[in-house]
Amino acid sequence: MTEVREDFREILRLVRPGARLLDVGCGEGELLDLLVREKQVDGQGLEISQAGVSACLAKGLAVVQGDGDRDLDDFPTGAFDYAILSKTLQQMRDPAHVLSQLLRIAEQAVVSVPNFGHWRVRWALVTTGRMPETRALPEPWWSTPNIHLCTLRDFIELCRELDLRIDACAALSGGMPARPIDPEHPWENWRSETGLFLLSRRNAAPRAPAPVDLLGDVIAPIEPAPRKRRRA
Amino acid sequence: MTDTAAASAASETHGGTMRFPANRPLRLDSGAKLAPLEIAYNTYGRLNAERSNAVLVCHALTGDQHVASVQPTTGKPGWWERMVGPDKPLDPERHFIICSNVIGGCMGSTGPATIDPKTERPYGLAFPVITIADMVRAQAMLVEALGVDTLFAVIGGSMGGMQVLQWASDYPAKVFSAICIAGAARHSAQNIAFHEVGRQAIMADPDWRGGDYEQAGVRPEKGLAVARMAAHITYLSEAALQRKFGRELQSDGLSWGFDADFQVESYLRHQGASFVDRFDANSYLYITRAMDYFDLAAKREGALAEAFMGSRGVKFCVLSFSSDWLYPTTESRDVVRALNAAGCRASFAEIESDKGHDAFLLDEPQLDATLRGFLSAQAQARGLA
Repeated sequence: MTEVREDFREILRLVRPGARLLDVGCGEGELLDLLVREKQVDGQGLEISQAGVSACLAKGLAVVQGDGDRDLDDFPTGAFDYAILSKTLQQMRDPAHVLSQLLRIAEQAVVSVPNFGHWRVRWALVTTGRMPETRALPEPWWSTPNIHLCTLRDFIELCRELDLRIDACAALSGGMPARPIDPEHPWENWRSETGLFLLSRRNAAPRAPAPVDLLGDVIAPIEPAPRKRRRA
Repeated sequence: MTDTAAASAASETHGGTMRFPANRPLRLDSGAKLAPLEIAYNTYGRLNAERSNAVLVCHALTGDQHVASVQPTTGKPGWWERMVGPDKPLDPERHFIICSNVIGGCMGSTGPATIDPKTERPYGLAFPVITIADMVRAQAMLVEALGVDTLFAVIGGSMGGMQVLQWASDYPAKVFSAICIAGAARHSAQNIAFHEVGRQAIMADPDWRGGDYEQAGVRPEKGLAVARMAAHITYLSEAALQRKFGRELQSDGLSWGFDADFQVESYLRHQGASFVDRFDANSYLYITRAMDYFDLAAKREGALAEAFMGSRGVKFCVLSFSSDWLYPTTESRDVVRALNAAGCRASFAEIESDKGHDAFLLDEPQLDATLRGFLSAQAQARGLA
């Protein structure tokens, strides 16, 4: 598994074997295929591009051509154990609606978001006075698909407002092995390039930890701290 | 029952008629029984030892069993030779492909032109009204008689797609995978409206004679041709018509009359005129009626998902075309939504095409690629690959 993307590897670790799973924006189905083979999940993909859909079908994956912004509404409540949204929340027209939908149709959601609070981003903005172009966010402002960028703190704040609980969080940086983090820690908003979150509804019963958790560690659910403005 | 199979030139292609005697009637949704019953069918390829490679192809309104062999009336190639044949997505080398003429049809299966045993005259309007479910029930009798327990795939476009959904709903244990192309789970008001225009055209033809034209030695050719012309427009798209014909004229100038000045007029007239040579007017009435009556959710208080509650074992592939306004993408999405709600695993793709509804019969490489991908993955799951 040496060539597996780090975020895929993390997701693979988080997901229970045999789970029902929806991969939103599944592309050509690399992650879904991996999950089906390694975790025997009952998987379904949602993909906007015809080429992606055809590639998924050829892999034997169940895939629906559709748009995460609009078509999540069509899935029944509680249809899945997990919904995965990898690095595309910031491209959605209505991220709050998408997050709510993910946790309507699935018990837990795995969501990764690039962190606009990362020091490289802040440094680029401060020193050049122009929209940052970094390893994680390489496009210029006028052609980027990322229309709703946020920092880790922004994301945590949105989860709080939507009444979502962060069950686990890991930081991903440029292909380095994932690092379990406390996303509330002020440093993480500086040094995490991408945050990968396992979310559930706050009123949902806590789930037993996955057999193998992040990096083999068992992480207790992280309750977001009470509202308090911290500078970071 | 007897099988009068006649091998054609290609040894793997068989054509025949399955006969079910009077003591094995087909029970129809209307309450009527149809007996004796004949089902005309073709097969391509061989059933393997495990009996696991059978594919049922369901034809559309004016199609027939000659999916990949010469249509005897017109002498033209089979209607889906680009999908069925050597090295095609459905390959007689690998699949045992069955295609039968629907009941109510006019290519050998029991229909309104069949002799009614009670009167010893053609049924005409005495033929009972049939439904898509009745067609599928008859196909199930044929498939069983051919020694097939489970179909590796049921596939069809348009009305064929409706039969596919009916199969998955009524016989989920007999269907491994279901491919519905440019179909719908019910006929819309617009669909019914167009069919009504066609039927009225036929019945307004004085040669229709209340459906008893055959005894009178006439045929309502004008009415049937008009029905076909109107329907043919619905199978195309505005863009396809414009690209093909524009405002091109047949000859140098206008005739200042009502001849076919425009190429599109001439084309439609030709479509109508050639259709009456191969199709029966009463069959057109009965089959369009069956399509109009089609609504998988009707018996389930409008909840389409209920139709698929038992179909979780079936792998679905639903395909639509972006320019199809007869069975638009929204109809296919409704099917997929219901399948999801029923807990079925379904794949769906909208194929970009400007060819309209008929795209499923035409050269659409994306359709071929999508079907190849789905079928080969299913073949692997089925142990055929």
